[in-house]
Amino acid sequence: MIVFSEEQAMLLDTANEFCQNQAPLSAVREVIHNDAAMDPVVWQTMVDLGWLGISIPESFGGLGMNLADAVPIFEAMGRQLMDTPLLASTVAAQVLIKDGSEEQKSTWLQKISSGTIASVAYQETDGNWDLDAIEAVLTPTDAGGLILSGTKTLVPDAEVADLFVVSALHEGRPVWCLVSRESLSASSSIERETVIDETRRSYRVHFSDVLLSPKEVLPGCHFQHFELASMMLIAAEMSGGLAGLLEVVVDYLNTRKQFDKLIGSYQALKHPTVDILLGSEMVRSYLYHAATVWRENESVIAVESAIRMAKCCASEQFSEAGDRGIQFHGGFGFTYDCDAQLFLRRALWSQYQLGDERYQRQKLGALLF
Amino acid sequence: MNPAEVTEFRAQVSAWLSDNKPADPGFLLPETFMEVGTDQQFEFLRDWQRKVYEAGYLGMSWPEAYGGGGQPQLMQEIVNQEMAAQRVPFVPNTIGLNWAGPLILDMGSEADKNRYIKNILSAEDIWCQGFSEPDHGSDLGNAQVRAVRDGDEYVINGSKIWTSLGSYAKYMILIARTSTEGPNKYAGLSFFLAPMNVPGVNPTPIKKLTGEYGFCQTYFDDARIPADCMLGQEGEGWSVAMKTLMFERGAIGGQAGGLSMMDLNINDIIELARRATRNGQPAIDDPLTRDELTKLVLEAKGNGLMASKAKIPVLNQGYPTAVAMSSKLRGSELKRKMTRFALSLQGANGARYISNQAMDGGKWQRSYLNAFSATIGGGTTQIQKNILGERVLGLPKS
Repeated sequence: MIVFSEEQAMLLDTANEFCQNQAPLSAVREVIHNDAAMDPVVWQTMVDLGWLGISIPESFGGLGMNLADAVPIFEAMGRQLMDTPLLASTVAAQVLIKDGSEEQKSTWLQKISSGTIASVAYQETDGNWDLDAIEAVLTPTDAGGLILSGTKTLVPDAEVADLFVVSALHEGRPVWCLVSRESLSASSSIERETVIDETRRSYRVHFSDVLLSPKEVLPGCHFQHFELASMMLIAAEMSGGLAGLLEVVVDYLNTRKQFDKLIGSYQALKHPTVDILLGSEMVRSYLYHAATVWRENESVIAVESAIRMAKCCASEQFSEAGDRGIQFHGGFGFTYDCDAQLFLRRALWSQYQLGDERYQRQKLGALLF
Repeated sequence: MNPAEVTEFRAQVSAWLSDNKPADPGFLLPETFMEVGTDQQFEFLRDWQRKVYEAGYLGMSWPEAYGGGGQPQLMQEIVNQEMAAQRVPFVPNTIGLNWAGPLILDMGSEADKNRYIKNILSAEDIWCQGFSEPDHGSDLGNAQVRAVRDGDEYVINGSKIWTSLGSYAKYMILIARTSTEGPNKYAGLSFFLAPMNVPGVNPTPIKKLTGEYGFCQTYFDDARIPADCMLGQEGEGWSVAMKTLMFERGAIGGQAGGLSMMDLNINDIIELARRATRNGQPAIDDPLTRDELTKLVLEAKGNGLMASKAKIPVLNQGYPTAVAMSSKLRGSELKRKMTRFALSLQGANGARYISNQAMDGGKWQRSYLNAFSATIGGGTTQIQKNILGERVLGLPKS
């Protein structure tokens, strides 16, 4: 069952309008080729709209809505292939809300609501999707402090982040810890990484002998909450991206002629384009179902199943549609100028965040049978 | 109805079905109204429909004056749900109950309603459909069966194919060509409520790929039918046929209800995967099988969620009709994939067919072969994709 909230309806309209105005598809290549880590003007507007605090409690300066209500924003951003630190900051805030102490929350959530950028550093360099398989470690010092050492990869927006939420092993147990930009040691480094989706700002962060107070360790450690929240929002971006891609393909099929006929009249192209349409409809259905289950706070298993299904379906459908989208553009599809490549690259990036469709099915098998 | 009345009615229906559900007849029943292949199967199902109607559980929302129940549609929906839940046999007069009946109630004369409706409900008169033709399977507008006016009658010549229940039907909803003139192929078509028991109408059973019967090819050889059995005006056949298809596809309501097929859903496949053995272990324990099964579960679940999304207009602004117009395509393709997969769960026994040695009497093998009736009938999957491409995505005609 899907229930669409009033908050979602309201945000859907605002977000569509905002994203279409701020980020027309024609401007995506500019974003790719300028070296800026982010667009401060767009960012400030999003802060002013209150989007950074959507799921942050009012007591910490947020709007106190449910994270599921933010789904339409990410869908609208995905449709325009936008990349802003909103995703990174929103899921970092989720970690704090779920697992942080009162002090940690009051220190950081207020700041995030008003535009301080935070990013979760969880991915180890071996590419393992198991969030418990951690190499980064916290080692106690004689003075009662902790030293963080480790390398995290695919850390979004690290260049502009003032706070890192890092997964590490502490006394053999996985924990989250907070690393502010000021506390990074001189020997730590942040390097831009090359990823397949060129709109993304992705970094490798070496945490080298970073001295932390034990107070920077979060009392709770629910990796799954972070994982599911992230997957829900990534699936939202994917749902939007898939709808955007479909529009690009349909436009081309309705304008390009070969052998004196519009190529959309050929069933070899028409039928698989219908498959993309149905895939897109299904992804959106799974997405809003996942949002419903998340908002209604159903059982842990129900939430996990619904979100894994959404991520699974989105990964499969979006990457396949991107693949076909290139093929249907013929020779033009092989060029950098064709917009289909932007969507395929976005699809591939998203597919490999937190588990592709095969990984999700494996997890779902254990939940379903 | 208030919630307490709904609950009470549901309990009442449920109890009636438990008490009156027919016992296993000892032969493999057909799974849909398109698969009724023997007199034994037909009589069994007709008796069941009669019993359901006499209990007041069919045509509940149809007007009392014509034999209906005059009750809210919700009651019939509750009955349909309980029938599906209890897995009772289907009621065989589907074409009458769900396509011809609502059509007659919508646009038939008073005389038509008095003549046809009650006997549709009681299964006294079985109805069949004469739309497809041997040379024009998916191109309904190109129908070539001729109807030529002669006094108070039309003389019919030609043949229709895929007439489900043709051997048992008393009436046919028939689309035939009354004119070859006119601006286009559609303008020459007319729609009839045609009697089958007149000289020159010969339904001939077709043996299906399953080895069973269930469809006919119906030959018309100078068959004379009364002119007043035309529904709508001469030349309006195409629009009446389109309306019929709307009833058939559930795009408009007003159907008499009852099940028209035995439900087969993904839970049946999961259950089979636990029960069937593949290479010495329950099929569900084999990782590759599990992965395939998970894919099917996701497709089934996704189809259900799409229907739920379709009810929220703001989530369907891009392509508002995509979900409704693809429901037959998605449902029939999923069933084909599920039943095909069901064979693969059985190891070497996947190769068996209807017999005592086969798992569940060969039901799965037969279901798979029969699944093509829905991926082909009512417009093939490929035609559906043309329609979706053209009408929903706005692509040029093929």
